[in-house]
Amino acid sequence: MAVRLFARPFDPWALVQERERQLPLERLGACSVFAGRMRDFNEDEDVRALFLEHYPGMTERDLERIVAEAETRWPSITCEVAHRVGAVEPAEILVLVAVWSAHRVAARDACSEILERLKHEAPFWKRERLADGTERWVERNTPGQ
Amino acid sequence: MCRGRQVTITVLYFARLREDVGRERDEVASTGDVQTVGDVWRGLHGEPPARLMAAVNQAHARLDTPVADGDEVAFFPPVTGG
Repeated sequence: MAVRLFARPFDPWALVQERERQLPLERLGACSVFAGRMRDFNEDEDVRALFLEHYPGMTERDLERIVAEAETRWPSITCEVAHRVGAVEPAEILVLVAVWSAHRVAARDACSEILERLKHEAPFWKRERLADGTERWVERNTPGQ
Repeated sequence: MCRGRQVTITVLYFARLREDVGRERDEVASTGDVQTVGDVWRGLHGEPPARLMAAVNQAHARLDTPVADGDEVAFFPPVTGG
Protein backbone atom coordinates (compact mmCIF):
# COMPACT_ATOMS: atom_id res chain seq x y z
CA MET A 1 0.00 0.00 0.00
CA ALA A 2 1.22 3.50 -0.75
CA VAL A 3 -0.64 6.66 0.20
CA ARG A 4 0.95 10.05 -0.36
CA LEU A 5 0.01 13.72 0.01
CA PHE A 6 1.73 16.34 -2.13
CA ALA A 7 1.90 20.05 -1.31
CA ARG A 8 3.37 20.71 -4.80
CA PRO A 9 2.30 19.52 -8.29
CA PHE A 10 3.02 15.83 -8.93
CA ASP A 11 3.15 13.68 -12.05
CA PRO A 12 0.70 10.77 -11.65
CA TRP A 13 2.12 8.88 -14.62
CA ALA A 14 5.63 9.03 -13.12
CA LEU A 15 4.23 7.64 -9.84
CA VAL A 16 2.60 4.77 -11.74
CA GLN A 17 5.82 3.99 -13.62
CA GLU A 18 7.93 4.24 -10.48
CA ARG A 19 5.62 1.80 -8.68
CA GLU A 20 5.54 -0.58 -11.63
CA ARG A 21 9.32 -0.95 -11.46
CA GLN A 22 8.81 -2.56 -8.02
CA LEU A 23 5.90 -4.87 -8.93
CA PRO A 24 5.79 -8.45 -10.27
CA LEU A 25 4.09 -7.28 -13.45
CA GLU A 26 4.13 -10.79 -14.97
CA ARG A 27 1.44 -11.67 -12.40
CA LEU A 28 -0.57 -8.45 -12.67
CA GLY A 29 -2.63 -8.59 -15.83
CA ALA A 30 -4.63 -5.45 -15.14
CA CYS A 31 -3.93 -1.89 -14.03
CA SER A 32 -6.78 0.56 -13.56
CA VAL A 33 -5.83 4.23 -13.14
CA PHE A 34 -7.96 7.23 -12.26
CA ALA A 35 -6.37 10.67 -12.41
CA GLY A 36 -8.48 13.69 -11.44
CA ARG A 37 -7.58 17.26 -12.43
CA MET A 38 -8.74 20.63 -11.25
CA ARG A 39 -11.31 22.17 -13.64
CA ASP A 40 -11.51 25.90 -14.31
CA PHE A 41 -15.29 25.85 -13.83
CA ASN A 42 -17.73 24.65 -11.16
CA GLU A 43 -21.47 25.26 -10.83
CA ASP A 44 -21.51 27.73 -13.76
CA GLU A 45 -18.67 29.88 -12.38
CA ASP A 46 -15.11 30.39 -13.61
CA VAL A 47 -12.72 29.09 -10.98
CA ARG A 48 -9.21 30.54 -10.95
CA ALA A 49 -7.63 28.65 -8.06
CA LEU A 50 -8.33 26.14 -5.34
CA PHE A 51 -7.11 25.67 -1.80
CA LEU A 52 -7.32 22.10 -0.49
CA GLU A 53 -7.48 22.02 3.27
CA HIS A 54 -6.86 18.71 5.06
CA TYR A 55 -6.55 17.31 8.58
CA PRO A 56 -2.85 16.46 8.97
CA GLY A 57 -2.57 12.99 10.45
CA MET A 58 -6.18 11.96 10.02
CA THR A 59 -6.19 12.45 6.24
CA GLU A 60 -3.25 10.08 5.78
CA ARG A 61 -4.73 7.54 8.24
CA ASP A 62 -8.13 7.68 6.59
CA LEU A 63 -6.73 7.12 3.10
CA GLU A 64 -4.73 4.17 4.47
CA ARG A 65 -7.91 2.78 6.06
CA ILE A 66 -9.85 3.10 2.79
CA VAL A 67 -7.09 1.31 0.86
CA ALA A 68 -6.73 -1.38 3.56
CA GLU A 69 -10.47 -2.08 3.43
CA ALA A 70 -10.31 -2.41 -0.36
CA GLU A 71 -7.36 -4.81 0.02
CA THR A 72 -9.47 -6.91 2.40
CA ARG A 73 -12.37 -6.99 -0.08
CA TRP A 74 -10.12 -7.66 -3.12
CA PRO A 75 -7.09 -9.47 -1.60
CA SER A 76 -5.20 -9.66 -4.89
CA ILE A 77 -4.86 -5.91 -5.47
CA THR A 78 -1.91 -3.52 -5.13
CA CYS A 79 -2.71 0.20 -4.75
CA GLU A 80 -1.08 3.59 -5.17
CA VAL A 81 -3.04 6.64 -3.98
CA ALA A 82 -1.83 10.25 -4.13
CA HIS A 83 -3.64 13.51 -3.39
CA ARG A 84 -2.74 17.21 -3.54
CA VAL A 85 -3.10 19.56 -0.58
CA GLY A 86 -2.72 23.34 -0.39
CA ALA A 87 -2.88 25.77 -3.30
CA VAL A 88 -3.82 24.22 -6.67
CA GLU A 89 -4.23 25.76 -10.12
CA PRO A 90 -6.50 24.63 -12.98
CA ALA A 91 -5.28 21.57 -14.94
CA GLU A 92 -3.07 20.38 -12.08
CA ILE A 93 -3.64 16.83 -10.88
CA LEU A 94 -5.68 16.60 -7.66
CA VAL A 95 -5.87 12.85 -7.15
CA LEU A 96 -4.39 9.58 -8.40
CA VAL A 97 -5.85 6.13 -7.68
CA ALA A 98 -3.99 3.26 -9.37
CA VAL A 99 -4.88 -0.38 -8.74
CA TRP A 100 -3.08 -3.43 -10.08
CA SER A 101 -4.56 -6.93 -10.03
CA ALA A 102 -4.30 -10.28 -11.80
CA HIS A 103 -7.58 -9.61 -13.59
CA ARG A 104 -9.52 -6.58 -14.83
CA VAL A 105 -12.66 -6.72 -12.70
CA ALA A 106 -10.92 -6.44 -9.32
CA ALA A 107 -8.64 -3.66 -10.60
CA ARG A 108 -11.50 -1.66 -12.09
CA ASP A 109 -13.96 -2.16 -9.22
CA ALA A 110 -11.40 -1.46 -6.49
CA CYS A 111 -10.21 1.70 -8.26
CA SER A 112 -13.76 3.00 -8.46
CA GLU A 113 -14.55 2.06 -4.84
CA ILE A 114 -11.40 3.69 -3.44
CA LEU A 115 -12.08 6.89 -5.39
CA GLU A 116 -15.73 7.17 -4.30
CA ARG A 117 -14.90 6.46 -0.66
CA LEU A 118 -12.05 8.98 -0.77
CA LYS A 119 -14.44 11.63 -2.10
CA HIS A 120 -17.11 10.93 0.52
CA GLU A 121 -15.04 10.09 3.61
CA ALA A 122 -11.46 11.42 3.56
CA PRO A 123 -11.01 14.78 5.31
CA PHE A 124 -10.30 17.22 2.46
CA TRP A 125 -12.14 20.49 1.88
CA LYS A 126 -12.01 22.62 -1.27
CA ARG A 127 -12.11 26.41 -1.20
CA GLU A 128 -12.45 28.04 -4.62
CA ARG A 129 -11.29 31.46 -5.78
CA LEU A 130 -13.55 32.79 -8.52
CA ALA A 131 -12.81 35.14 -11.42
CA ASP A 132 -14.06 38.19 -9.48
CA GLY A 133 -11.66 37.46 -6.61
CA THR A 134 -14.28 36.15 -4.18
CA GLU A 135 -13.77 32.83 -2.42
CA ARG A 136 -16.22 30.12 -1.47
CA TRP A 137 -16.14 26.68 0.16
CA VAL A 138 -17.31 23.83 -2.08
CA GLU A 139 -20.39 22.48 -0.32
CA ARG A 140 -20.47 19.04 -1.93
CA ASN A 141 -18.85 16.94 -4.62
CA THR A 142 -20.75 16.49 -7.88
CA PRO A 143 -22.67 13.28 -7.11
CA GLY A 144 -21.68 10.30 -9.25
CA GLN A 145 -20.66 12.36 -12.31
CA MET B 1 -10.32 10.14 38.55
CA CYS B 2 -7.71 12.45 37.10
CA ARG B 3 -5.15 12.29 39.91
CA GLY B 4 -5.43 15.94 40.82
CA ARG B 5 -4.76 17.43 37.40
CA GLN B 6 -7.22 19.05 35.02
CA VAL B 7 -7.83 16.63 32.16
CA THR B 8 -9.20 18.07 28.98
CA ILE B 9 -10.56 17.09 25.59
CA THR B 10 -9.03 18.99 22.67
CA VAL B 11 -11.60 20.13 20.11
CA LEU B 12 -10.53 21.01 16.54
CA TYR B 13 -12.55 22.69 13.77
CA PHE B 14 -11.90 22.56 10.04
CA ALA B 15 -12.83 24.44 6.87
CA ARG B 16 -16.10 26.41 6.87
CA LEU B 17 -16.87 25.24 10.40
CA ARG B 18 -13.66 26.82 11.70
CA GLU B 19 -14.72 30.12 10.12
CA ASP B 20 -18.25 29.84 11.54
CA VAL B 21 -16.95 29.09 15.05
CA GLY B 22 -14.28 31.79 14.71
CA ARG B 23 -11.33 29.77 16.06
CA GLU B 24 -9.49 26.57 15.26
CA ARG B 25 -9.59 24.84 18.62
CA ASP B 26 -11.17 24.65 22.06
CA GLU B 27 -10.23 22.84 25.25
CA VAL B 28 -13.09 21.24 27.15
CA ALA B 29 -12.83 20.03 30.74
CA SER B 30 -13.53 16.33 30.85
CA THR B 31 -16.41 15.98 33.31
CA GLY B 32 -19.22 13.54 33.88
CA ASP B 33 -21.49 15.71 31.73
CA VAL B 34 -19.35 15.11 28.68
CA GLN B 35 -19.81 11.49 27.63
CA THR B 36 -20.14 11.68 23.85
CA VAL B 37 -19.09 13.67 20.79
CA GLY B 38 -22.56 15.23 20.77
CA ASP B 39 -22.12 16.35 24.41
CA VAL B 40 -18.85 18.08 23.45
CA TRP B 41 -20.59 20.03 20.66
CA ARG B 42 -23.69 20.90 22.70
CA GLY B 43 -21.61 22.10 25.65
CA LEU B 44 -19.82 24.59 23.41
CA HIS B 45 -22.29 25.54 20.68
CA GLY B 46 -25.81 24.24 21.42
CA GLU B 47 -27.68 22.05 18.96
CA PRO B 48 -25.46 20.48 16.28
CA PRO B 49 -26.05 21.65 12.68
CA ALA B 50 -27.28 19.22 10.02
CA ARG B 51 -24.54 17.34 8.18
CA LEU B 52 -21.98 17.88 10.94
CA MET B 53 -19.12 15.38 10.63
CA ALA B 54 -16.84 14.39 13.50
CA ALA B 55 -13.75 12.37 14.38
CA VAL B 56 -12.31 11.09 17.66
CA ASN B 57 -8.54 10.61 17.75
CA GLN B 58 -8.46 10.97 13.97
CA ALA B 59 -11.01 8.22 13.25
CA HIS B 60 -14.52 8.94 11.94
CA ALA B 61 -17.10 9.23 14.71
CA ARG B 62 -20.77 9.96 15.27
CA LEU B 63 -22.51 12.20 17.76
CA ASP B 64 -23.10 9.18 20.02
CA THR B 65 -19.45 8.06 19.94
CA PRO B 66 -18.03 8.06 23.52
CA VAL B 67 -15.22 10.44 24.43
CA ALA B 68 -12.62 10.12 27.19
CA ASP B 69 -9.91 12.14 28.93
CA GLY B 70 -7.21 13.34 26.57
CA ASP B 71 -9.16 12.63 23.37
CA GLU B 72 -8.81 14.80 20.28
CA VAL B 73 -12.30 15.50 18.93
CA ALA B 74 -12.64 17.15 15.51
CA PHE B 75 -15.70 18.71 13.88
CA PHE B 76 -15.95 19.47 10.19
CA PRO B 77 -18.40 20.00 7.32
CA PRO B 78 -19.02 17.39 4.60
CA VAL B 79 -15.76 16.51 2.85
CA THR B 80 -15.03 17.55 -0.74
CA GLY B 81 -11.75 15.88 -1.76
CA GLY B 82 -10.86 14.00 -4.93
